[in-house]
Amino acid sequence: MAKKVTIKEDFLKGIWKENPILIALLGLCPTLAVTISVENGLAMGLAASFVLICSSTIISLLRNLIPKQVRIASFIVVIATFVTIADRYLAAFYPDISRNLGPFIPLIIVNCMILGRQEAFASKNGVGRSILDALGMGIGFTLVLIILSAIRELLGSGTILGIQVMWPSFTPWMVMILPPGAFLTLGLMIGASNWINDRRAK
Amino acid sequence: MELLVIFISAAIVNNFVLSQFLGICPFVGVSKRVDSAVSMGMAVTFVMTITAVVTWLIYHLLLVPYNLEILQYVSFILVIASLVQLVEMFIRKVSKPLYDALGIFLPLITTNCAILGLALIAVLREYSFMESLIYGIGAGAGFTLALVIMAGIREELELADVPRHFQGAGITMIIAGSLALAFMGFAGLI
Repeated sequence: MAKKVTIKEDFLKGIWKENPILIALLGLCPTLAVTISVENGLAMGLAASFVLICSSTIISLLRNLIPKQVRIASFIVVIATFVTIADRYLAAFYPDISRNLGPFIPLIIVNCMILGRQEAFASKNGVGRSILDALGMGIGFTLVLIILSAIRELLGSGTILGIQVMWPSFTPWMVMILPPGAFLTLGLMIGASNWINDRRAK
Repeated sequence: MELLVIFISAAIVNNFVLSQFLGICPFVGVSKRVDSAVSMGMAVTFVMTITAVVTWLIYHLLLVPYNLEILQYVSFILVIASLVQLVEMFIRKVSKPLYDALGIFLPLITTNCAILGLALIAVLREYSFMESLIYGIGAGAGFTLALVIMAGIREELELADVPRHFQGAGITMIIAGSLALAFMGFAGLI
């Protein structure tokens, strides 16, 4: 029984309790930069999750072969390989999204969330648990990106996924799709998540 | 003249942290005190300048002639990781207190997206050698500027009465938002 709980915990902790963005504050750069529209946020979330899951699998398989001194460099090379794959794939099949995300696709390499999970989890645990952990973290990351980009797209251009949802006379809040809007929305979201955690703890 | 425009654009108008969202992690993590913010900014500027030069050389003298552009990401990140290692050894030799103050954030410069971002953007914009160099220095100056301003505000903030749930990261993000608004005012400069 006890084992079953840990497995569930491995998966679920990334979604809320140790959410990479809201609680651990990792991987903030792509979070803030690409969430102008839901489409971009979703694409970034999926690309980063793909890289995270693949690298976690490989790293946990190799965890006994990598010397401790050069582990960071080895992790980064593995991650960079998968990012190159994701980048080529997006460029070939979704050229528009690839153009919108620009340098932020290659920048997944230095997303501290991914490196952090390799260092904290995949290099210490077996393959099964590492994949579950990566899956949970990936979902947690993608969900926050979707919520953040939905708020910004709704208020900043009055649309969701390019479909007009606000009433016709709605004046878009330009600031929401400009850089300051990203910082403000994420700040409010972090505050809100702290508040919800507090309420639940009571 | 062209070079001056690149410098001002990288440092102020398109500030790396506040308008391009590069290097947010150290911006949130190391901005608690002004003095450590200054030394962090210096270290990052140093790595950025050398990275800009070295990655330009690698890209134009090695990768392009041999059609190896696909190795761009892997080779760039390896250059950055070794440079950071070098800077780390240098700082530990020269100033032990500074080394202790920067702590875990020193090796983490490797994963500072501002540095890889700089190398990638310089390639994307097809900058010449001189332009890349100036771009590196400007980006470093902009990063330091944003970090120091933020650290100054946060030192004052310790005395302020922030709502409990916004303490720490929440209020930092909101201040960064206001700073970004202020920096947008420079948009007409170039």
